[in-house]
Amino acid sequence: MSALSGTARRRMRSLGWHVGALALLAVILYPVVWVIGASFKPGDKIVGSLQLLPTDPITDNYRRLSEGIADIPLTSFFYNSLIIAVGSVVGVLFSCSLAAYAFARVRFAGRNLLFSVMIATLLLPFQVLIIPQYVLFQKLDWINTFVPLLLGKYLAVDAFFVFLLMQFMRNLPKELDEAARIDGCGHLRIYWNIVLPLCRPALITSAIFSFIWSWNDFIGPLLYLNTQDKYTVSLALKMFIDQDTVADYGGMVAMSLVALAPVLLFFLAFQRYLVEGAATSGLKG
Amino acid sequence: MTPTKTPAADGLTHKAPAPREAKAPRSAPAAALARRRGRRETLAGYLFLTPWCIGILLLTLGPMLVSLYLAFTDYNLFDSPKWVGLRNFREMFRDDRWWTSVDVTVKYVLIGTPLKLLFALGVALLLVKPRKGQGFYRSAFYAPSLIGASVSIGVVWRSIFQDDAIVDKSMSLFGWDVGGWIGDPDWMLPTLISLTVWQFGAPMVIFLAGLKQVPRELYEAAEMDGAGRWRRFRSITLPMISPVLFFNLLLEIIHSFQIFTSAVVIGGTGGSGAGGPADSLLVYTWYLYEQGFRQMRMGYASAMAWMLMLGIGLVTVVLFKTQRGWVHYEEDTR
Repeated sequence: MSALSGTARRRMRSLGWHVGALALLAVILYPVVWVIGASFKPGDKIVGSLQLLPTDPITDNYRRLSEGIADIPLTSFFYNSLIIAVGSVVGVLFSCSLAAYAFARVRFAGRNLLFSVMIATLLLPFQVLIIPQYVLFQKLDWINTFVPLLLGKYLAVDAFFVFLLMQFMRNLPKELDEAARIDGCGHLRIYWNIVLPLCRPALITSAIFSFIWSWNDFIGPLLYLNTQDKYTVSLALKMFIDQDTVADYGGMVAMSLVALAPVLLFFLAFQRYLVEGAATSGLKG
Repeated sequence: MTPTKTPAADGLTHKAPAPREAKAPRSAPAAALARRRGRRETLAGYLFLTPWCIGILLLTLGPMLVSLYLAFTDYNLFDSPKWVGLRNFREMFRDDRWWTSVDVTVKYVLIGTPLKLLFALGVALLLVKPRKGQGFYRSAFYAPSLIGASVSIGVVWRSIFQDDAIVDKSMSLFGWDVGGWIGDPDWMLPTLISLTVWQFGAPMVIFLAGLKQVPRELYEAAEMDGAGRWRRFRSITLPMISPVLFFNLLLEIIHSFQIFTSAVVIGGTGGSGAGGPADSLLVYTWYLYEQGFRQMRMGYASAMAWMLMLGIGLVTVVLFKTQRGWVHYEEDTR
């Protein structure tokens, strides 16, 4: 050991660290690589074989998928998921930024009380709400529409996003408001022309998280959507599992990847925003 | 995520003259002005909060009250609710499947959460020293948290834990032949727990942020006093990050109690109504769903929801109570 110089030893240790980290990474990311490889294998070769990537890849699974599931074209599921996800993003950005602005920049009577209520809803288990909400939407005849899945997003029900945006707005310099106020701007102008543009990073983070959570959501669509033409991608995938013996294993695995793909792409494109957002506001992920 | 200063922001701060009226002595008209402004502020505040207020009343507080009421009734969505007093709660304590669901969920939380946090902290410690590629590893380890709760990953888990699939085969290499985990009631819960541990990235990212806040001087001083690695970890790192640990623990426990999707997909019993083979994955929310939305026993399910809420509330209170013993906030360190 003494023969090694300081730098050489440091380089060895760094190499060791990278080998260790990469090995761990390989184990962690195995399931994701597995699903990609398996989706190009014939159904009966998926579980038994240990080969990560197929020896001769086939696209049959995808060809069958493209013909639809249970006579519903694949595009229908995608369209439904997309409408709900994009609708959620718009709603969250709109309603949560308004609420966040009020909590962060307006000094109004009762703010502390309402703020505590908002924080309390962060910890509230959703199970307490699903039954009465279902009853409400059933009375309003909104079952099997997208309204129950979207309404809450337009009413800032996701306290997490209010909190995230509020934290960001709080850090903007106070002098901005003062200056704008003296120039004769009301709150609406300050919100729209000054605060929102400066909040871009936090808005992007919120948008991506709300898209991904909505896309992955399972219990919402499971409760509220009950005809297959309204099904989202998650529910369509669930149809495979509900069969007593999975008839089309290859199709199921391919569909898993197809359902995952948008989230993975979003992650690759915006990972910095996501990881930073998760670090500053500590969310479930 | 500190906001970056944009040119627009700078331009505005420069333009700002010192607000003169704030310094002026408070004359009667000035006080009236301040009051009027206070009222205007309050009005503005509530205008901005309108959607949120409607949401809270219509989708949170209102439903909470309704759910509390339904917990004391028999209700099937179509006939009007019938008051039954405490019967739902009494029935719960005699209901074997309810006890099963409590048992499965508590095991899941008590084993899964510590394992996940241990893993998260371990990897965070590995990643904390600035190195080339640090950001890449951080993102890559975080990725499972983003997709772990999806139906897709549930399907993947169901597949790789099958008989003769990768997990089974690699365990056999070490002479531990379990056979298929999926379908074996004893191994269903470990399968589900492994999925939650796999999502260690979210707490890891929070640990990393906490670890970066620990002042380097503390370590240097300790090293000079001859403190070893373990000693430095015990006496500096652990107390310094205890608030972050507390936060992660609270968040993960509350979150784990609400597990649903992964259990349903891995359990995968189709229309039979069982919570996985021999109810081995009948987590609390699954049973609640089963009772409320398939048996249409919405009164009973509401009572279950309130029991869950009480349970989570109790755990939260206990956690906060024990906080004094082990969580060190900056102010305490004299």
